[in-house]
Amino acid sequence: MEQLNTWFTQLLADNEIFTAQTIGYYAHGLANTAQLVLLSLLIGLMLAVPLAIGRSSSRPWVKWPIFLYTYVFRGTPLLIQLYIIYYGVVFVDGIQDTWLWLILEKPFYPALIAFTLNTAAYTTEIFRGAIKATPRGEIEAARAYGMSQAKMLRRIVLPSAFRRALPAYGNEVIFMLHASAIASVVTIMDLTGATRFVYARFYAPFDAFLFVAAIYLCLTFGILYLFRYLEKRLLAHLKPQT
Amino acid sequence: MIDLQGYGPRLLQGAWVTIELGLLSLLLSIILGLLTATAKMSRSWIAHRLGTLYTTLIRGVPDLVLMMLLFFGGQIGVNMITDWLYYQFDIDIFININEFVAGVVARAYGMSESLMFRRIRFPQMMRHALPGLSNNWMVLLKTTALVSVIGLTDMVRVAEEATKATHEPFTFLIPVAVIYLLIASVSEWGFARLQKRYNVGFGES
Repeated sequence: MEQLNTWFTQLLADNEIFTAQTIGYYAHGLANTAQLVLLSLLIGLMLAVPLAIGRSSSRPWVKWPIFLYTYVFRGTPLLIQLYIIYYGVVFVDGIQDTWLWLILEKPFYPALIAFTLNTAAYTTEIFRGAIKATPRGEIEAARAYGMSQAKMLRRIVLPSAFRRALPAYGNEVIFMLHASAIASVVTIMDLTGATRFVYARFYAPFDAFLFVAAIYLCLTFGILYLFRYLEKRLLAHLKPQT
Repeated sequence: MIDLQGYGPRLLQGAWVTIELGLLSLLLSIILGLLTATAKMSRSWIAHRLGTLYTTLIRGVPDLVLMMLLFFGGQIGVNMITDWLYYQFDIDIFININEFVAGVVARAYGMSESLMFRRIRFPQMMRHALPGLSNNWMVLLKTTALVSVIGLTDMVRVAEEATKATHEPFTFLIPVAVIYLLIASVSEWGFARLQKRYNVGFGES
C-alpha cells in the first residue's frame, strides 16, 4: 500500500495536464452529458409510450404518420437532425421576438430537442415490437373477463410489454450515451467538448481522450449493470425453473 | 427544383464518399469481426481474453471519441515521422491517413458480436448473419456522418459548409437527410431480397 502510494505520487508528479482545473472541466462536462442524456431519455420515454400504442393501432391515419416519423428519424444520422434543428431554429419566422428565443438561443436546447426526438423514435419501435409480441392468449383472456380496450392495455398489454422491451431499451440507453458525444459539435461543453478543449490547450491527445474514454466506459458499465439488475428483478418469472 | 447554389456536384461527391467509406468499413469490419470472433471462440485462454477485452473496450466508448483519439493521436504519431518532410507533402499524407483512419474507426463496429456464434457453412452462416449484418450496416451508415467532424468531406460536411456560407440550412441539410433515407431504403430492400434467397428451402419466414 505504502509502495503503491509513492508510486502513484511519483506518477502524477510531472503531470501538467490533470490539474484541479482540467478535472473541473471534465466534471462540468460530465454534468452536461448526464443532464442531456437523462432529460432526453426521460422525455423520449414519455413520448414513446403513446406513440407506440398508436403505432400498433389498426387505424391507418394513426399508424402511418407515426411510422413516417420513426422511419425518418431512424433512417437519418442524428448529426443531421442536430444540424437541422440547431441551424434551422433561427429561421422560424418571428421566433426571435418571443420568449422561446431565450431558451433556444443556447445550443443546449436544440440539442436536447434533437436527442429527444431521436430516442423517442427508436424507443417507439422497441415498444411496438414488444406490444406486438403479446401472447394471443393473454388478450383473449382479458377480453373474456370483459375488460375494456383501455383497461386491457393498462393491466395486461403494457406491463408485460415493458418487461419484454427492457433488454432492448438498455441498449438504447447506452446508444444515447454514446450519441451524446456529438453534442460537442454544436459547441456544448459536454464530456467530449471538455476533452477537445483540454486537448487543444495542451496538445495532448492521448491523455485527454484516453481519460474520457475511461469515463465513458465506466458510465457504460454502470448502465449495463443497472439494466442487468432490473432484468433480474423484473424478468425473474421468465427464468427457467430448476 | 431547389436551388443548391452550385453546391450540387460537391454534395454528390460527398454522398459518394459516404457510400465508399461505409462499404470499406463494412468490409474491414467483417474481416476484423471474423478474427475477433475466432479469438473469442478459441480454446486459448489468452486469445479469448484479448478478444473479449477488445470488444468490451470498443463497444463501451463513443465512436466520436475513438475517432478523435485515433485522428488527433495519429496526427502526433505521423508528425514524429514526417517532421522533416516538406509541409505540402505532410498534408498529402494527412489526407490519406484521414481516410484510412476513419475507415478503420468507423469500423469493426460491433460486428464481432453478431458473427460470434456463426461458423457453420457459408450459406447457412449467411442466413443467420444477414439480419445482424443488415442492422450493423444501418448503424454504420449513420455513423459515417461523424467523419465530417474530423474533417473528411462527406456530404454532411459539404452541407454544413454550405449552410454556414449561405445561411440556408434547410436547402442543404434536408437533401442530405433524403439521400441517407434513400441509401437506407435501398439497402433495406437489397437485404430483404438476399434474405429471401438464402432462406430458400427453409420453409417458414
